[in-house]
Amino acid sequence: METNFYTYSGKHRGILAWILSTDHKRIGLLYLSSMFTFFLAGATLGILMRLELIAPGPTIMTAQTYNAVFTLHGVIMIFLFIIPGIPAALGNFMLPLQIGARDVAFPRLNLLSWWFFITGGLIALTSLFTGGGPPDTGWTFYVPYSIRTGTNVSLALFGVFLLGLSSTLTGLNFVTTIHRMRAPGMTWFRLPLFQWSLYATGWVQLLATPILGITLLLVIIERFFGVGFFDPAKGGDPLLFEHLFWIYSHPAVYIMILPAMGAVSEIIPAFARRTIFGYKAIAYSSLAIALVGYLVWGHHMFTSGMSDASRVVFSLLTFLVAIPSGVKVFNWVASLYRGSIQTDAPMLFTLGFIFLFSIGGLTGLINGALSVNIHIHGTHFIVAHFHYTMFGGTAFAFFAALHYWFPKMFGRMYREGLARVAWFIIFIGFNTLYFPMFVLGWQGMPRRYYDYLPQFQTGNIISTIGSWILVSGLLLMLFNLVRSISKGEKVGDNPWGATTLEWKTSSPPPHNNFAEIPTVTTGPYVFK
Amino acid sequence: MVTGWPTLWNTVDNVFLFIIAISLVLLLGITATMIYFVVRYSRKRNPHAENIEGNTMLEIVWTIIPTILVLAIFYAGWKGFLYMRTVPDDAMPVKVSARMWSWSFEYENGRKSGTLKVPAGRPVKLIITSEDVLHGLFIPAFRVKEDAVPGMETYLWFLPHEPGSYDLFCTEYCGVGHSAMITKVEVMPEKAFAAWYEVKQPQKRSEGTSKHAPTAQKEKNYGVGARLAQVKGCLLCHSLDGTAKVGPTFKGIAGRKTVVVTSGKDREIIVDEVYLVRSLLEPQADVVKGFPPIMPSQKGILSDAEIKTIIEYLKSLK
Ligand SMILES: [Cu+2]
Ligand SMILES: [Cu+2]
Repeated sequence: METNFYTYSGKHRGILAWILSTDHKRIGLLYLSSMFTFFLAGATLGILMRLELIAPGPTIMTAQTYNAVFTLHGVIMIFLFIIPGIPAALGNFMLPLQIGARDVAFPRLNLLSWWFFITGGLIALTSLFTGGGPPDTGWTFYVPYSIRTGTNVSLALFGVFLLGLSSTLTGLNFVTTIHRMRAPGMTWFRLPLFQWSLYATGWVQLLATPILGITLLLVIIERFFGVGFFDPAKGGDPLLFEHLFWIYSHPAVYIMILPAMGAVSEIIPAFARRTIFGYKAIAYSSLAIALVGYLVWGHHMFTSGMSDASRVVFSLLTFLVAIPSGVKVFNWVASLYRGSIQTDAPMLFTLGFIFLFSIGGLTGLINGALSVNIHIHGTHFIVAHFHYTMFGGTAFAFFAALHYWFPKMFGRMYREGLARVAWFIIFIGFNTLYFPMFVLGWQGMPRRYYDYLPQFQTGNIISTIGSWILVSGLLLMLFNLVRSISKGEKVGDNPWGATTLEWKTSSPPPHNNFAEIPTVTTGPYVFK
Repeated sequence: MVTGWPTLWNTVDNVFLFIIAISLVLLLGITATMIYFVVRYSRKRNPHAENIEGNTMLEIVWTIIPTILVLAIFYAGWKGFLYMRTVPDDAMPVKVSARMWSWSFEYENGRKSGTLKVPAGRPVKLIITSEDVLHGLFIPAFRVKEDAVPGMETYLWFLPHEPGSYDLFCTEYCGVGHSAMITKVEVMPEKAFAAWYEVKQPQKRSEGTSKHAPTAQKEKNYGVGARLAQVKGCLLCHSLDGTAKVGPTFKGIAGRKTVVVTSGKDREIIVDEVYLVRSLLEPQADVVKGFPPIMPSQKGILSDAEIKTIIEYLKSLK
């Protein structure tokens, strides 16, 4: 029997065989494990925040601690979990497999990216325990506060800078790979849709992330040398920082959501046993989202003091970017029509994704409308909205994809019953946790509030209870997956009967992915 | 009718309901269709799938209809926004200054107050700025919000119609006192407002002549320093009763032996006037051990005379 990539013996042994490996599959799993470690840390911080907010006044921590906790929760969840998320972990693993290649275009650069990621992550965490105490700026690092606070902001910024570098290099690597390494016969319109989404994401990573890197360096320079880029007391402009920050950070939400949409576009055909509805529309809409997504950052600044004319233009562009997202949703639903549908765990998470992402997207319309935005800007409404898109959207799709590709990655299957129970608890917990925040926000409760007025208590209690339900579901899901890595039942190479190339090789795949590089003669979702 | 009254499409709530209605129709439509397909075409009921690659007509329709819908929503939001940004000519201007972590309102005749007092039935224009970092002025009841940006003036206006007391929040994160940066909008009947507004106020930083405020006698006891410490937000972080809040307590501060961290090294000092001044102007220079270095510098915020007053006051706190 052929050895798989776990049993393959390379230059190094033990842990080194992992952290010095240039095999895209091992790097993918490195990302996956480090990312879920960070995710658990971020979730713990989230639980603590919710517990603090169960009642007005101090409950379990001081205001300063709370500010550090929400800052860290944001930094970890955004920069260490959801941005690298699907592309760095599952993308790394599946990209070469799905296009019939033996690895990415630059395997060593790929390893270097992981090293930047893990170093950046550790530096960001070190900032907690050293210097002037944990950063307390929020993940947005708004000036002049981030320049004036004495907490350990510079170190955290440097950590995030490295994370940005990692993301940029991954984007470069993926774009090159998809251009240059496709198997014979794999034309652009035979690419699986997950590849289209990684391709669009790669360009965003490549073009937008450097702006964040430079901006963060400018803040560090201003903190150390007092050069007045942003602080008006030194002749700088705080709005300039907001622009530079969101020029990256809005496209970043598409770095987060596009691969999720791609993963969903793989799972639906596999579980409906039929081809996707409107392949080209889905592929082009990924590109359209990436393109228009560059030009909408100003919607984060509708109350910032930016000129009224720019607010109107940014509002219009924001509405335009909603159209391709809507088109995708319609295509997914239509892909169920006359299918032969099996609702296993990956499909349940996918259906959950469509529902929650729709709520996230539709409340985005509420945010995009100028007059309404003025009222809900900076309130819990926004917190609810982005958790519905980022958690209900991206993370649900991530979980779906994790269950879907689990047998491919490990050659074993998780317990299906347990996975469904976990899905149900997560779905209920998620809505109990985040839905009340829409109401709280409309009632006027601002975000990043350590304390609140009594009229906001009911919503906060419900939300905190939701956080307990959600986290028990998450733990159950992770338990099921981790346990099944070694104890799961062995399954064949293609338990779902899916059609894309990664299922044509053995599970787990051999070191070189394919005994022989396949020749592609049809589109990705041709079921017999 | 009062000037500036909004028409149907100018009110935030109506546009909000309009979008909610569209969204609900879409969400229910998508969800119901999805569930119906999953049940109707389950593998049991439908063991053989049919490959349908697409339908150009359908795809054009579901691109065009959402495009029309989002453009309509954009237009509705824009209309309301235009109304929000067009200040009626007879609006009463009030200057707002935000600082860590309090609000100060200054009226046309030079009167200042810590709560925003306005007459019912007359549009109010707030001209907003900040003395230190970003803040955000938010009055949920009037559906208005605008950031306070240092070195820049922003504005908003609203029409307070019902007399009453409304919450005013800070919505741009600004540090440890962010969630305590709350005050009230007092919408008063026109006559009551006029009475309050016309009272001569000799050189005061803040309100204090309404019925409920401290009397002149109390005023003297507490002293101008105490009032400054209150108004400038010092007491949000420093207690008067010996308990440690975000910062060390003010009780018995002068002459206290304390350990401070100076560029990473611990050293013991006795708190004297020089130290207190430095703490106000360069708070990061020596940070009392065990406390986070988060005190904002008061440079350019307190005048020399005010610094003197505050330090005299601190010395008096035995
Ligand atoms: Cu955005
Ligand atoms: Cu604030």
